[in-house]
Amino acid sequence: MERIAERQKILIVDDSEMNRAILSDMLDGEYDILEAENGKEGVAMLQQHSQEISLVLLDIVMPEMDGFGVLSMMNKNHWIEDIPVIMISAERGSSHIERAFELGITDFISRPFDGLIVHRRVVNTILLYAKQKRLTSMVAEQIFEKEHRSSLMIDILSHIVEFRNGESGMHVRHVHTLTETMLQTLVQKTDRYHISPTDISVISTASALHDIGKIAIPEEILNKPGRFTPEEFAVMKTHSTVGADMLEALPYYQDEPLVRAAYQICRWHHERWDGRGYPDGLKGDDIPISAQIVALADVYDALTSVRVYKPAYTHEQAVAMILNGECGQFNPLLMECLRDCADDIQAELSSDSVQERSRRELQNVARELHKHEELTASERTLELLEHERMKYSFFASLTQEIQFEYTVTPSSLVLNTWGSEKLGLPEILVDPYQDRQARAIISDQDQSYLASALHSTTPGSPVVQSDCKLIVDGEEKWHRIIARASWSSEEPPRYTGCIGKVLDIHSSRLQMEHLEQQASHDGLTGLLNRPYAKKRIMERLADRPDGRYALAILDLDYFKSANDTYGHMFGDQVLKFLAERMRRSIRGGDIAARAGGDEFLIFLEYKTDLESTIDGIYKRVNGGVYQDFTISVSMGVASTEIVAPDYETLFRCADQALYVVKNSGKGHYSYYHKEDAQINGDISAVSPIDSGAAQTQDEEEKK
Amino acid sequence: MTLKECYVSLNGDYDEVMGRLRSERLVQKFVLKFLNDGSYQLLLDSLAAGDRDEAFRAAHTIKGVCANLGFTSLLGSSEKLTEALRDGKPAQPGEEELIAQVKADYACARQAIEAFQEGVGG
Repeated sequence: MERIAERQKILIVDDSEMNRAILSDMLDGEYDILEAENGKEGVAMLQQHSQEISLVLLDIVMPEMDGFGVLSMMNKNHWIEDIPVIMISAERGSSHIERAFELGITDFISRPFDGLIVHRRVVNTILLYAKQKRLTSMVAEQIFEKEHRSSLMIDILSHIVEFRNGESGMHVRHVHTLTETMLQTLVQKTDRYHISPTDISVISTASALHDIGKIAIPEEILNKPGRFTPEEFAVMKTHSTVGADMLEALPYYQDEPLVRAAYQICRWHHERWDGRGYPDGLKGDDIPISAQIVALADVYDALTSVRVYKPAYTHEQAVAMILNGECGQFNPLLMECLRDCADDIQAELSSDSVQERSRRELQNVARELHKHEELTASERTLELLEHERMKYSFFASLTQEIQFEYTVTPSSLVLNTWGSEKLGLPEILVDPYQDRQARAIISDQDQSYLASALHSTTPGSPVVQSDCKLIVDGEEKWHRIIARASWSSEEPPRYTGCIGKVLDIHSSRLQMEHLEQQASHDGLTGLLNRPYAKKRIMERLADRPDGRYALAILDLDYFKSANDTYGHMFGDQVLKFLAERMRRSIRGGDIAARAGGDEFLIFLEYKTDLESTIDGIYKRVNGGVYQDFTISVSMGVASTEIVAPDYETLFRCADQALYVVKNSGKGHYSYYHKEDAQINGDISAVSPIDSGAAQTQDEEEKK
Repeated sequence: MTLKECYVSLNGDYDEVMGRLRSERLVQKFVLKFLNDGSYQLLLDSLAAGDRDEAFRAAHTIKGVCANLGFTSLLGSSEKLTEALRDGKPAQPGEEELIAQVKADYACARQAIEAFQEGVGG
């Protein structure tokens, strides 16, 4: 299938529609034209399409933000390095033109312009830039190629040393991998050693040269199968200083970081943490970190590899032997790194190959590139980015949800098409905080809550979720906003904006509220139901266990006769009537609930005077008539002054007090006293609701 | 009325604009568009409101459009007004005359273009 080449895009920023139309008419057909009617809009479009725009035609005098404003934003965001700008203006002052060139424009065309000239200059500029981009990526490839070749040279060189030593040739490679892996672990643990990604790359490369001095050791000593005599060992030990001297004697490159690292590694990779190594007996962090790490890597790899005189030890054995001091003392922090990255090391060592290493190198290069914003990304990266953007906008166009992207500088909000239609906002909104339409959708309070939540995220956990009411289509509805903050990669990271989506959760939220209401409230009276009241009371008691609380159980006297005489409908009315009285009698924090049947409960916290509070409540609840039915209430009260502050005990004791009231003429209230437990004996645990005996008694009284 | 006659009656330079834009179709399209350009109204409104910065931008835009279309008279008067309004300068003596001249030239251009528009059936 033939690929239809996408046309290059040109952005025209001019406040006069006519001027834009004239320019676009001259270029249309060959290029896709984007138009912006002021500087701010132009910047917002650059923000959104910076990778796609091949050229900007820019006016100077415009409302909101003028052409110079656009140019400084383009400089700030480094767009000016990739996107050529041709300024078109009726301004003739040379100071204007000069300033525009200083800000990086490629060309200046004054009005009135000649159609052919504009066209020709646009085409030339675009061609020139395309060529420059190709050249940039060619240079980048060449640099990479060169780097690759030089590390190849180092590999070959160090292998020569190894082959002379009769080793497998894998040692150098392993030490490289171990050094790199441990350095990466170390960097995550501490910034004590100020190690940059470049340092990691340099130290790992230089590690290959650690034994270069062995080239000067006589072969009969180097390859002696048995133990060294003290004299032989003394010769062997010279390899560290010899290697260092060789590097120091290099006529060039003394300032190269690679040479400096290699020197440290060669000279000091046999030093030990406790000062008992050689050649200089350095101690602790006097030994450069590069040499410390290579020393550990060297020892570890020697232990875990087969040698003519020993088998390969496992990772655990090797770590145990090193910890045991069998190979001298090492920096405890590095030992920790070695243990932490055990899995990584094993995976890396087993998959280690030249390709793998190039891949890792590339990752390092990529990380470096990322750190230097002034480096232009390669063509390949741009293609990938473009692909991602295409994928994103395709999926965004399919979904029926509101998606947004907010950028701090310049302050702008971009919505997907569906979201823009749903909210009645433009797809690109400059300065949304100042926009009346946008501010009508979300309350200032919710908006500032969301903003502060996003600002207080971290790059590690950047996601925020918040439910709030939004006004959409003139209706206030519950929505859930899920947003991910973007942080810059600099140190310390800077909040640069967020992306996210808005979900309509109105019906599910309402349903939930309804269910909650149903689950927690009594259907008839609208008071809390007993299980939910119990839960709330237990929470309150647990919250402040040393508070003073009281629980009262109320019972409507002669209720059964109301039911019998007037019917159940009437009975329900009476219960509602009483519930309403209770609602009005209690204070804000008190809990009133229907305990079941004609029983109710009130739970309250008090400071000093419980008696008058209870008396007040009772007087407001008791007495009077509902239609012909006399309202008489019996009430039992238990307080935490007398009984243990837990729900069950309070309930049981209040119930006992109520029982006493019921049995002594009804229509009054009484407190639970310790003696009551004695009087009531074994009936005490029985609630009158469940107690057939109590009800039978009631009925008899009524007759 | 031909486009060329229209240019004569609004005191513009037909040959100059054809030299630059090279297509009668294009020039005609933009000349007709001129009637819908809001800059003139914006100029009057912002002068009335005393917003001299906005008035400067509006006059500047008119000047740019006239330069592109080769409307010589209106270009001249709008250019003078643009300079009088530049950098938020306070009103100098003679500014009223400059504004009056822009109004007169605009009215003349508008009349000519409307007459031309009737002719092409627009």
